Amino acid sequence: MAEVLVYVDHVDGAVRKPTLELLTLARRIGEPVAVALGAGADATAAVLAEHGAVKVLTADAPEFAEYLVVPKVDALQAAYDAVSPAAVLVPSSAEGKEIAARLAVRIGSGIITDAVDLEAGDEGPVATQSAFAASFTTKSRVSKGTPVITVKPNSAPVEAAPAAGAVEALAVTFGALATGTKVTGRTPRESTGRPELTEAAIVVSGGRGVNGAENFGIIEELADSLGAAVGASRAAVDAGWYPHTNQVGQTGKSVSPQLYIASGISGAIQHRAGMQTSKTIVAINKDAEAPIFDLVDYGVVGDLFAVVPQLTAEIKARKG
Amino acid sequence: MSLRIVVCVKYVPDATGDRQFTEDLTVNRDDVDGLLSELDEYAVEQALQISENSDDDVEITVLTVGPEDAKDALRKALSMGADKAIHVEDDDLHGTDVMGTSLVLAKAIEKAGYDLVITGMASTDGTMGVLPAILAERLGVPQATLLSEVKVEDGTVTGRRDGDSASEQLQASLPALVSVTDQSGEARYPSFKGIMAAKKKPVESWDLEDLEIEADEVGLEGSWTAVDSAAQRPARTAGTIVKDEGEGGKQLAEFLAGQKFI
Ligand SMILES: Cc1cc2nc3c(=O)[nH]c(=O)nc-3n(C[C@H](O)[C@H](O)[C@H](O)COP(=O)(O)OP(=O)(O)OC[C@H]3O[C@@H](n4cnc5c(N)ncnc54)[C@H](O)[C@@H]3O)c2cc1C
Ligand SMILES: Nc1ncnc2c1ncn2[C@@H]1O[C@H](COP(=O)(O)O)[C@@H](O)[C@H]1O
Repeated sequence: MAEVLVYVDHVDGAVRKPTLELLTLARRIGEPVAVALGAGADATAAVLAEHGAVKVLTADAPEFAEYLVVPKVDALQAAYDAVSPAAVLVPSSAEGKEIAARLAVRIGSGIITDAVDLEAGDEGPVATQSAFAASFTTKSRVSKGTPVITVKPNSAPVEAAPAAGAVEALAVTFGALATGTKVTGRTPRESTGRPELTEAAIVVSGGRGVNGAENFGIIEELADSLGAAVGASRAAVDAGWYPHTNQVGQTGKSVSPQLYIASGISGAIQHRAGMQTSKTIVAINKDAEAPIFDLVDYGVVGDLFAVVPQLTAEIKARKG
Repeated sequence: MSLRIVVCVKYVPDATGDRQFTEDLTVNRDDVDGLLSELDEYAVEQALQISENSDDDVEITVLTVGPEDAKDALRKALSMGADKAIHVEDDDLHGTDVMGTSLVLAKAIEKAGYDLVITGMASTDGTMGVLPAILAERLGVPQATLLSEVKVEDGTVTGRRDGDSASEQLQASLPALVSVTDQSGEARYPSFKGIMAAKKKPVESWDLEDLEIEADEVGLEGSWTAVDSAAQRPARTAGTIVKDEGEGGKQLAEFLAGQKFI
């Protein structure tokens, strides 16, 4: 069976959920061979094996942390040369997309980004994508070279599928461009203890209607009552009420949770681009004409300062 | 010293219009008004700021690959303050994907001559956001991408990249490629004077022959990916909408419980 390279997104050995979803998709088109780089790479093997990785290629070097993107491209290319895979799958993070794109140029392949589903086809893997703020669904293939495909979080279930997952050291030689962009400082983002926005099953977002940083507490309380991640519209982010890392939309994160709750968000096209594929959508807005209501499964026309706290209290009461 | 900046700008269908695909499954660029991608205005703005903060002799060239109408995008960038423009246009470019577009841009950038290339973070129609990285790979220069802050001094570009897990400080020597996010600072509106001045600024037109690119390397035929189908997402079935008369939060909780979220 053909091998499929899966690029592993992990933090010091802790594999992030989208990578496990990639393994599910990879198994539909071949045998997953994982590539894990940087500090803690070896520690990823156990969980990758549980989810279907037949092999885990690992490499660690200071270059991965000290220089931007290119050292990882060199390593992924080394894995590509070693394995000659049928396809290369990479998580659709900002960095993942850049790594995948540069690899594609080097190996003379086409690239598909932000796939939301993947299946085997007669002429190679077929990727499903959303276009124009998710108002269209397209199916496409890579028609030149080995398909390089980046996949969005929440695109497939995580499935247990025990495999060997033997760790093998990957030999990497860095090219001249690897040290081109130096990372001279790094401030890790503080953990909020809440789920990762793109990976969360429920997202609770606030917009301009929240009217002040101090009021975001009621959005957070609702989120916590549901074990949800917190999102924000660009208007709320631009006003400085919530960090940009939480922005949902075209220039923020694209989310596809089971449940999306929008409070005080009008539903501009750029916001919809980042949340329209959510399974169930709920909105609270005092303007009955707000475009967000075109998307909802359930909407409450009302003042969020009355509705949200009541909702939170009711959820807490029901959960006991 | 002189500093030559090339800013890549894209002409895109207005996102607030009713965007569609054509029969050959390329983006329909005829039925929706086009404009300079808002995300590329940020790239033009940063080029202007680098120029304003520099003692060097800075020349800003805006470059687009696109149909005849894409000149509008160049005009807008010129009226914001860029010095000159290059329009790469060729009938054979119809349907070109990111690999082809990046090839054309790379050749045009090399022909124009550059110390710094600046792009937007993503185009508002394709939204792949991978062209900047590909361009850096093709040009063989450092990539300092997704910057929300950028500075150029003594042949070095520095900037801040706000990533998922950390905010990073980056540094690279020129020549280099930079992409900027919409967090980099609001783009200026063209002034009346700027609009008048733009009319006299030079716009060069190049075709594939000028760039020594063969027709089969680009276009729909030369595309590295194939779109097999495009279907409009079914409109979401109309949901239940209630007016809050004191019980809205409880009603919503009831709905969520019914859906097994609570
Ligand atoms: C290139 C570009 C990229 C963009 N990218 C993004 C992006 O990634 N994400 C994004 O979100 N936007 C993005 N935008 C901005 C987008 O166009 C909108 O401006 C933005 O989404 C509006 O945010 P909002 O809905 O919070 O604010 P508004 O549109 O002002 O809506 C606020 C809503 O709150 C309601 N409201 C007010 N008070 C209350 C109350 N007490 N109770 C209940 N409801 C209340 C109002 O009725 C209104 O509907 C982008 C724009 C551009 C041009
Ligand atoms: N046809 C084009 N002409 C000029 N620049 C482009 C073109 N397409 C993309 N770009 C640049 O590349 C960036 C990212 O585009 P993309 O990868 O298509 O999302 C844009 O913000 C532009 O700066």
